[in-house]
Amino acid sequence: MKTYQILSNKDTRSGFGDALAELGRNNKNVVALCADLTGSLKMDAFAKEFSERFFQIGIAEANMISIAAGLTIGGKIPFTGTFANFSTSRVYDQIRQCVAYSNKNVKICASHAGLTLGEDGATHQVLEDIGMMKMLPNMVVINTCDYNQTKAATLAIADYLGPVYLRFGRPVVPNFTPENQKFEIGKALLLNEGTDVTIFATGHLVWKAIEAGHMLAEKGINAEIINIHSIKPLDKDAVINSVKKTRCVVTAEEHQMNGGLGDSIAQLLSQTIPTPIRMLAVNDVFGESGKPEELMTKYKLDSIDIVNKVNEVIEMKQ
Amino acid sequence: MKTIKELNDISTQIRRDLLRMINAVKSGHPGGSLGCADLFTALYFNILNHDPANFSIDGKEQDLFFLSNGHLSAVWYCALARSGYFPINELGTFRKLGTRLQGHPTPADEIEGVRIASGSLGQGLSVAIGAALTKKLNKENNIVYCLMGDGELQEGQVWEAAMFAAAKKIDNIIAIVDYNKKQIDGPVKDVLDLGNLNKKWDAFGWDVLEMDGNNIEEVINIINEAKHLINKSKPIVIIMKTIMGKGVDFMEDNHNWHGVAPNDEQLNKALSQLKETIGDY
Repeated sequence: MKTYQILSNKDTRSGFGDALAELGRNNKNVVALCADLTGSLKMDAFAKEFSERFFQIGIAEANMISIAAGLTIGGKIPFTGTFANFSTSRVYDQIRQCVAYSNKNVKICASHAGLTLGEDGATHQVLEDIGMMKMLPNMVVINTCDYNQTKAATLAIADYLGPVYLRFGRPVVPNFTPENQKFEIGKALLLNEGTDVTIFATGHLVWKAIEAGHMLAEKGINAEIINIHSIKPLDKDAVINSVKKTRCVVTAEEHQMNGGLGDSIAQLLSQTIPTPIRMLAVNDVFGESGKPEELMTKYKLDSIDIVNKVNEVIEMKQ
Repeated sequence: MKTIKELNDISTQIRRDLLRMINAVKSGHPGGSLGCADLFTALYFNILNHDPANFSIDGKEQDLFFLSNGHLSAVWYCALARSGYFPINELGTFRKLGTRLQGHPTPADEIEGVRIASGSLGQGLSVAIGAALTKKLNKENNIVYCLMGDGELQEGQVWEAAMFAAAKKIDNIIAIVDYNKKQIDGPVKDVLDLGNLNKKWDAFGWDVLEMDGNNIEEVINIINEAKHLINKSKPIVIIMKTIMGKGVDFMEDNHNWHGVAPNDEQLNKALSQLKETIGDY
């Protein structure tokens, strides 16, 4: 099992904020909009340095999304920022009509996704956003795993022409992917080559998958670990080629099982090479208040849970 | 520059066009389209600073128009075709399989003149504000227009946009409310009363004008008056009184014609009241 060094411990949202400020310096067409969560989204640096290109919308997310769509008319590249729940379920129709159907170059950047938002509880812990966004034609859906990757993704989506949903989170987590990495939309990243099982993980679950990989290695199980930062478009070749080798799959994500990464992988495999699969995800319940780590444990999204699912799926394969 | 008589002739032709289009597919929304035919004629043949032959989504150095109440697609398509955005014969494809003239407007099929999808109500003013912000950033001295329905003002997002535009001094926008006092279920005052519209917009910080939307000369005069208020730190709204179904006696002021197509007999009766002026498509 390949060892990954923790370069630092940082929140993914800071990767977004730092990249946004960098974009401000390098691309005069980049503009940013926020609905009263500038500090939480780490957009302060951009707002301060590029005040003429920063729009404080107030607590009016629907207005923000439609204004962003309008800003593209004339060549601006708007980045909207608010919590993932208010970035998606609150404004689904605005995204559907003004952004996705109209195919506008809007980057919907969403922090505090999932259970790791923590103590604020289920009203804010959106676990359905990936599903909602991936169902929309034209929409790219990205869920990054650490600070460096979030920064790279933020820079990359500015150069992509079309609607993007970029999902990241609140907590401080291990930062282990390379600094200044090249980010390719739609490209899966192989983190560990293995033969016994493929673990497809996204977001905060990627580091958990690496931890699980070490635990499995101690028991002689050789797990292939793939970081899926682009849920849509999905790197179908990477998924199929890995599964051809390992013949069983575990998916891991901080999202509902309905509509999430596991659902996308299962849909692909069931139509290409039907394969035993186990999914780590929240299963049709809402979250609750608690510390992020407590919640990940309670909802069985920890590294030990990945290990348990791997054991189950290897048994299924046999 | 076209004379008022020439504009009235175009408006009458547009009314014929849209009724024939809606009748041909037995679906569409004639009431609001008939009511706004004069506004669209005034906009596309007199008011807008635009270049129909060279349409681009970005519309740089041009005035922009956004239709928030997308169910008025028929009259918009007629104005676009008649002013040279696309061939008038394409009007005959309205709402038919494979058409670029979708039931509600969308840029998805690259129809010239349409820059954003609308149909789900309440979103157009926000879009127009975004486009107006880009005009400011690009230092373009053009005006962004947005038409909304009166019933549409029941959508909360309209008031988010209204609050934002005034607070942030979006003063290169002219919003127009089609105040025909009718919506699908009946008179607006019975469905959900809007109260005093002028006072509402005024309280939200907008300059408020009024006009008779079925008098082309007045439409041109009032919009020109509104243009003088541009770049003076306040957004501008025009409360435009119209008659739903205007031009066809049995449709006028009757909410039942919001979204019902005339049958062949009704079409013929309607067309007999609307003289062919510049030639049917």
